[in-house]
Amino acid sequence: MMLDDFMTRAMLAGVGVACAAAPLGSFVVWRRMAYFGDATAHAAILGVALSLALNLSIFAGAVAVALIMALTVTLLTGRGYAMDTLLGVLAHSALAFGLVAVSFLSGVRIDLMAYLFGDILAVSRGDLAVIWAGAALVVGLIAWRWSALLTATLSEELAYADGIDPRREQLVLTVALAITVAVAIKVVGVLLIAAMLIIPAAAARPLSRTPEQMALIAALIGAAAAVVGLRAAYTFDTPAGPSIVCVAAVVFLATSLLRTLQTRDRKPR
Amino acid sequence: MNLVSVENISVGYGAQKVLRNVSLAIAPREIVTIVGPNGSGKTTLLRALIGAARPSQGHIRKRTGLRVGYVPQKLHIDPTLPITVERFLRLPGGIARSACAQALRRAGVPDLSGRQMSDLSGGQTQRVLLARALINEPELLLLDEATQGLDQPGSAAFYRQIEDVRRTTGCAILMISHELHVVMSASDRVICLNGHVCCEGTPDIVSAAPEYRALFGTGTGGALALYRHDHDHAHDDTCDHAHGHDAHAHPTKAAE
Repeated sequence: MMLDDFMTRAMLAGVGVACAAAPLGSFVVWRRMAYFGDATAHAAILGVALSLALNLSIFAGAVAVALIMALTVTLLTGRGYAMDTLLGVLAHSALAFGLVAVSFLSGVRIDLMAYLFGDILAVSRGDLAVIWAGAALVVGLIAWRWSALLTATLSEELAYADGIDPRREQLVLTVALAITVAVAIKVVGVLLIAAMLIIPAAAARPLSRTPEQMALIAALIGAAAAVVGLRAAYTFDTPAGPSIVCVAAVVFLATSLLRTLQTRDRKPR
Repeated sequence: MNLVSVENISVGYGAQKVLRNVSLAIAPREIVTIVGPNGSGKTTLLRALIGAARPSQGHIRKRTGLRVGYVPQKLHIDPTLPITVERFLRLPGGIARSACAQALRRAGVPDLSGRQMSDLSGGQTQRVLLARALINEPELLLLDEATQGLDQPGSAAFYRQIEDVRRTTGCAILMISHELHVVMSASDRVICLNGHVCCEGTPDIVSAAPEYRALFGTGTGGALALYRHDHDHAHDDTCDHAHGHDAHAHPTKAAE
């Protein structure tokens, strides 16, 4: 059967994460939440440690901690600390506590590298189910709230005037972010999740004229990066997660150059 | 019956009250302008009207099913967000292309629909925001210093457009402005706000009120005199010479 091949499973996992990361990543870019994504991901390592200690599913632990982290930041913002200070404190403390907590775990030595950089080649059928279910949930959530999310991103006042509560939409993004992080841990690892969110979306920007196009093109770029990156990792015997991110970065470079050339050819409209 | 009545509301951020016991009402087809110094709560009042700020006391009653159009002070769209004018206008969903085109025509920018929002000039952005506010045929249009960042001819043209919109659609308009002389000429009623309603009435009454004079000094008296003068003698050259370029910028009521 097709899913017996670890390469096929890895590619399906990568494509699944790319699909969830694309629309969410577009919002992260538009709302300048890049560091927020990073912080949520770092906090997830604490979730991993806790779920190993308590014998819970890693996905559940990571979602829970990522969600708590994201909600805390959302609540505390604007109460004395700037957002980036708060994120810096919480993200790195959560990462540090997570790493320390892991060292206390007796018994099986766990391979921390697998969670920091991902271990996409070890994705099981069960993992694949979790990844695709999570991705479907995120895509469904964002598709359902799409107009409201976009309006709230464009202007809080316009959102209120349209009867949309921008704080509720922020919460939708926060939840989607926590799920994406938890789903992507196995694939690209904690340290590179933000890359999967931001790089495909940023690479799609010069090629798009509408928000919908940007999300769609970002998904295509992300999926292509996953497939090509895995092939490259197989061929050159390089680490899989970072190879995927490298391919996405090369695409970003290419579309950015394209944009520069275009704007030089004709004056920006 | 009034479109909106604000009954004795107070609004504050934390312990500080920005608005205290403010009451006002807007009747159909009326143009009402709110003037007041910085920090007087003008924007907070508008935010309360669109539901973005919640009054700690008092009520805001809107006529059932009231359609409100809102034009914010400015719109900053991150350059990473690609969106055409048409997509922006159709964002609330269920809006036909023809409605977009009509709203853009009414706002005086019929040719912008395919352009990127982030490429528009300040004046064009304000027109597009006006089009967005007009798209659902509002009975009440709220404008929050909609001409901020526009030069004098630009804002005069914008206000002419507003008068034109009122004439063609018959909607009531509530607006905030810093540009006293321009705005007063176009208003049926002026409300002078400074945390509370200092005075209100027709432009003539308000500009003569001691509360208004205390807030804005006598400097604006000159501008109002100029405005009235402008009405008595439509656009003669001596007037322009005597008062500088200001006279060009006035929206002429002659059109009405």
